[in-house]
Amino acid sequence: MRPGSAFLAFACLALAGSVAVRAEVFAPMGGGPSSVSDSAVREGLPRLLSDFGFFEDASMQLPVAGVIPYRLNTPLYSDGAEKLRFVYVPEGQKFGTSGEGLLEFPVGSALIKTFAFEENGKRRLIETRVLLHRADGWLALPYLWNEEQTEAALAVAGARVQAITPTGETISYRVPNKNQCKECHGLNGKVVPIGPKARNLSTDWLNATLREVPDGADTLPVWENRSSVSVDEAARAYLDVNCAHCHRPGATASNSGLDLRWEQDDPHAIGIMKRPVAAGRGAGKHLYDIVPGKPDESILLHRMLSDDPGVAMPELGKSTVDDEGTVIVRRWIEGMAP
Amino acid sequence: MIRFAISAILLASAAPVLAETHTIEPGEGAQERLQEALILAEAGDEIVLAAGRYALTDGLSLDVEGVTVRGAGMDGTVLDFTGQQGAGEGLLVTSDNVTLRDFAMENPKGDGVKSKGADNIVYHRVRVTWTRGPHPENGAYGIYPVESTGVLIDGVKVTGASDAGIYVGQSNGITVRNSIAEANVAGIEIENSRNALVEHNVATRNTGGILVFDLPNLPVMGGGNVVVANNLVVANDTPNFAPPGNIVAGVRRGTGIMVMANESVLIENNILSGNPTAPIMVIAYPQPFEDENYDPVPRNVVVGANLIADGGYDPQIDGAEMLLAAFGGELPPLMWDGLGEAGVTLKVAPGVSGWTLNLTEQGKGMGGASPARLQAPPPSERFPTEGIGAPAELEARLEG
Repeated sequence: MRPGSAFLAFACLALAGSVAVRAEVFAPMGGGPSSVSDSAVREGLPRLLSDFGFFEDASMQLPVAGVIPYRLNTPLYSDGAEKLRFVYVPEGQKFGTSGEGLLEFPVGSALIKTFAFEENGKRRLIETRVLLHRADGWLALPYLWNEEQTEAALAVAGARVQAITPTGETISYRVPNKNQCKECHGLNGKVVPIGPKARNLSTDWLNATLREVPDGADTLPVWENRSSVSVDEAARAYLDVNCAHCHRPGATASNSGLDLRWEQDDPHAIGIMKRPVAAGRGAGKHLYDIVPGKPDESILLHRMLSDDPGVAMPELGKSTVDDEGTVIVRRWIEGMAP
Repeated sequence: MIRFAISAILLASAAPVLAETHTIEPGEGAQERLQEALILAEAGDEIVLAAGRYALTDGLSLDVEGVTVRGAGMDGTVLDFTGQQGAGEGLLVTSDNVTLRDFAMENPKGDGVKSKGADNIVYHRVRVTWTRGPHPENGAYGIYPVESTGVLIDGVKVTGASDAGIYVGQSNGITVRNSIAEANVAGIEIENSRNALVEHNVATRNTGGILVFDLPNLPVMGGGNVVVANNLVVANDTPNFAPPGNIVAGVRRGTGIMVMANESVLIENNILSGNPTAPIMVIAYPQPFEDENYDPVPRNVVVGANLIADGGYDPQIDGAEMLLAAFGGELPPLMWDGLGEAGVTLKVAPGVSGWTLNLTEQGKGMGGASPARLQAPPPSERFPTEGIGAPAELEARLEG
């Protein structure tokens, strides 16, 4: 481990606990400056994750200066994988917000997200997905970690990897291929980031990194603290984060007419007494997406509770049922007045 | 449709640009090799799938413009999804000007081929089969273009879809022809789409042969300008095996050609035989709905001359026995629900006899039915067919 790594590791841990950390703590400390390769971010198809230089120690997931960790209040399920998220913005440039929505990143920025599971008490890195903001738009690339955990290589066609989830299930984990990245990240024909929206980021983090907290920031509940907010808020946050990247106008599942975004307030659009369009056998024996008061007659919950491809929702990034998420959605539907 | 940056990068570094052919063989690693070829292809390239059976575990996807995927024939190259573990379809296409031809897909867990927002797509001699035959757990759609402008489907064959074999949704400029839809719930379905030509197809052993639907609460509504002509629609007598909840789960076994809502549909020169509920059915959207932009009642449905035999002899309709007795053992071949106004909703050529349920209220079920023989005026003018069908330039891609 290089000098400084231990300190960085501490900083990462602190962040994982959602404690405010100013970006300055990531200033390089001795051992010569490691820095991000801006050319790798901006052009070509780097074959190895290390080509980007995002990490001081990649197997420990310790970022170099300028690569800032973040977490989301309510995260995507992803089979319960541990996720390590980082944002990189080129030196001298700033990123900003325009309200509660997606942060605005300049060309040359990158979002980095590593998926890991714990095995035999040790963290095993599975894949790192990078989203690169290039002159002609965002590019999504998946990198698959090697067995030795020393390097991750570009896997445009994706892969399947055996993994054990936090609930002890052995699954065939799917590393998405490059096109599948777009299935979730596609909006109106372009690739866009999904996660870093001001409303799903903490005030502390925004203050520390942007020195600015827009209206509507930090409004999605922190998932671990969901018992302290209304079921309605927890469920709508969950659906926004886990479903609405496809189920919204202009995205992959637009033709369903279902719009699960946090800001959508038309009951029919979010599925209440809405008939399915092209659900096929995914509908089970049910007639409506959501029947108020009747979770077991609601297609939305039925598909969340399935792990059968062709029925299961989300279609990608899920091999196992999310018990926590389905509990919240069940309670939400139960509590609706018929 | 914006292409991925990857194509631009590769194009920039590889001048002059020449279309290339990439050949994929079945065997070890086929999933990754084929998917990688689909990703790394450049605009204009051809991906050739050598003959054989490809065992695939995940859905494939194509997002590069102008690519042709060509197999060695719909019985020669088989993409076998029996062991599929993920994704909602066998192949997803999201780029324009793609040609899919001469291969088969078996037992996808969800849909067969879905193309979404993929303009000017050609499906030629593609087969999608659920090999166990009709089953509610088969995938929903075999060939599934949606939200696209310019769709040419020619010479495909779909068997066993638990919704529609060939389903075109929310699209414009469509031709479905020379194709076989067998043992699906719906053989061919044109939904919330405009300017569609459905001709020279065979629809048999489905629950319903050819459906033209317009549904409420969708991003694209106002389906119409559809011609259903010169099709062979015979023996559509498979009991409905769609999971309840889907709109096609309400299709009665033995429906030949069915129009629900829509505006300007011509049904002409088809051969219909062995459709025991109704060779031709024209109805309003039957459910209650809340969508002020939606018209549930069909307008200007023209039933021209068709060759009709053996229909309406075993209708899946409440009170079937009484109806059969009243009409002399077999219902007249054209069934209308009576909603709308004869002459506005429906025009019928002389020689096609029909009957009406005489319903008076949309969305209230069949309670108020008072069946009677149908009196509808004949079409007074030629049905305008200009602009109906896929763009002519797509034809060129059928060669070879």
